[in-house]
Amino acid sequence: MAHFTKATSLHDWLNQRLAIDTLRRVLATEYWIPKNINFLWAMGMVLAITFGLLLISGIFLLMYYQPNVNLAFDSVNYTIMQEVGYGWLWRHVHGVAASVVFLIIYIHMFTGIYYGSYKKGREMIWLSGMLLFVAFSAEAFSGYMLPWGQMSYWAGMVITNLFSGGSLHADGLVEWIRGDYVPAQAFLNRFFMLHVLLIPLAILGLIGLHFGALRIPHVNNQDGEEIDFEAEAAKYKAGDKANSKVIAFVNDFMSKDMMVVGIYLIFFFYLVFYHYDFAMDPVNFDPADGLKTPAHIYPEWYFLWSYEILRPFSTNTGLIAFAFAQVIFFALPFLDKSPNAVPASRRGLFKYWFWAMLIDMIILTAMGKVPPEGAFSTIGLYAALTFIGLWIALPFITKTEKKV
Amino acid sequence: MKNNSRRGFMGKAFGAVAGVGAVASLYAMKRSWDPLPSVKAAGFTTLDMSAYKENELVTEKWRGKPIFVLKQTADMVKKAEANPKDMERLIKIGNDYFMVCLGLCTHLGCIPGYDSDEKSFLCACHGGMYDFTGDVTKAPPPRGLDIPPFKIDGNKLVLGEEGPEYKKMLENGTTLRA
Repeated sequence: MAHFTKATSLHDWLNQRLAIDTLRRVLATEYWIPKNINFLWAMGMVLAITFGLLLISGIFLLMYYQPNVNLAFDSVNYTIMQEVGYGWLWRHVHGVAASVVFLIIYIHMFTGIYYGSYKKGREMIWLSGMLLFVAFSAEAFSGYMLPWGQMSYWAGMVITNLFSGGSLHADGLVEWIRGDYVPAQAFLNRFFMLHVLLIPLAILGLIGLHFGALRIPHVNNQDGEEIDFEAEAAKYKAGDKANSKVIAFVNDFMSKDMMVVGIYLIFFFYLVFYHYDFAMDPVNFDPADGLKTPAHIYPEWYFLWSYEILRPFSTNTGLIAFAFAQVIFFALPFLDKSPNAVPASRRGLFKYWFWAMLIDMIILTAMGKVPPEGAFSTIGLYAALTFIGLWIALPFITKTEKKV
Repeated sequence: MKNNSRRGFMGKAFGAVAGVGAVASLYAMKRSWDPLPSVKAAGFTTLDMSAYKENELVTEKWRGKPIFVLKQTADMVKKAEANPKDMERLIKIGNDYFMVCLGLCTHLGCIPGYDSDEKSFLCACHGGMYDFTGDVTKAPPPRGLDIPPFKIDGNKLVLGEEGPEYKKMLENGTTLRA
């Protein structure tokens, strides 16, 4: 039994029971962040805030949404949009945040790739981040089903059909996932459950793991410099803040972080109030109809690059290429054979690899949006082959890289 | 040491109980995701085949999926006869020949559209094409349109039951089990 004394204040009362001073020290005031970073290091906080926006707007949508094939469309497009006070706000915040969160995730990912923040002890940060990417993708897809419009239905049809595995013809598996021969009530109900409970739980757990994975290797910096965090922290605590290479997470770093978050939120709410339509596909304002395919089915912009890797090939090859694209980013820390964890600009061939990969993914995204005809088909095919080729080349070009 | 082996035994015993429980729960969870009996039971549709017009595509519904019914003109039958694979895809009822197919592209399940002048199907999703018997003429679809299980009953066609004509189609590889 620990020894408790009469508390002198509420703070002291809590401190004796929950050690809040120690917690604050470990998690905030003595959690060290390098000074040598830029605004791209604020993307983690921007993502955390966006997740918060999704959670809060989602709670309000959940109070009026009806997970029933006959009611879902109207509960969103009539009840929430027309009847519920400020219902439109929650829907537009939710829709815009679901789209923007992927933009920030991609910036966050490519920042990590550019600065080599996935190696030398930071592999678990990368892997847990990739798991978060998969979880967010599943969350986005399951959420997209819920308004039960034409795009919801047909995206549900096409994506669940991927699980038949092409020539494996595993229709039983597809019917098991749907709970019916086609997407219907059972399908809507289970994707509703996944969207509001199971996947958010997984995301919360993975965010904990992602933060925890950061703890021991610490945040990387702009030069990939290996910092002796204990020595630098000692300097900081001794009052020599000017010569220390680190600052405290709270309040030093946090104040800058929240500055970026502030600018981001102005941009975000500009989209919510004036340009929410980019996150609302017009086709999805037609109710789901199992007997009428929309003329042109395409996913939301953040899935277009992997969709374009599926599209130019025949079914089986396409599925294999698609599966490759889905998992290959996990392997990045192990395919990069170079001992250097420095910015791509100082890494020889890898510099070109990085920019080629970024540009290729932008081309794939653009080609995924246009109809698969003529020149677009050809460009899409070459961009898909380039994507696969770049990954095959990665171990070879990084192996020959000189140590810097 | 004695304690350790006892704890080891208790650990293994718990592991065994938990393992049985985990397998049993996984089975229950798998079964809970299966299609319901009511969903499976609603899987039959009867079509009156005397009502269709030649070269006019009609879309029926079976198990929530679109079914294409296309009565063949004499001209189409003649063309199909030139290609035995096409002929095997047609269903003969009385003296008429019908294409009866699942109206879902075998690539990724979009619904192809029918052009009655060209007498062919085009899937707008990824550009796949089929002829008037539902056989594939342009990739990416890996095979012709699937034929649903059917049984000929006089002038009627029962979808969801497997008649001898359908079983023959399965055997000679004209269609996969849809």
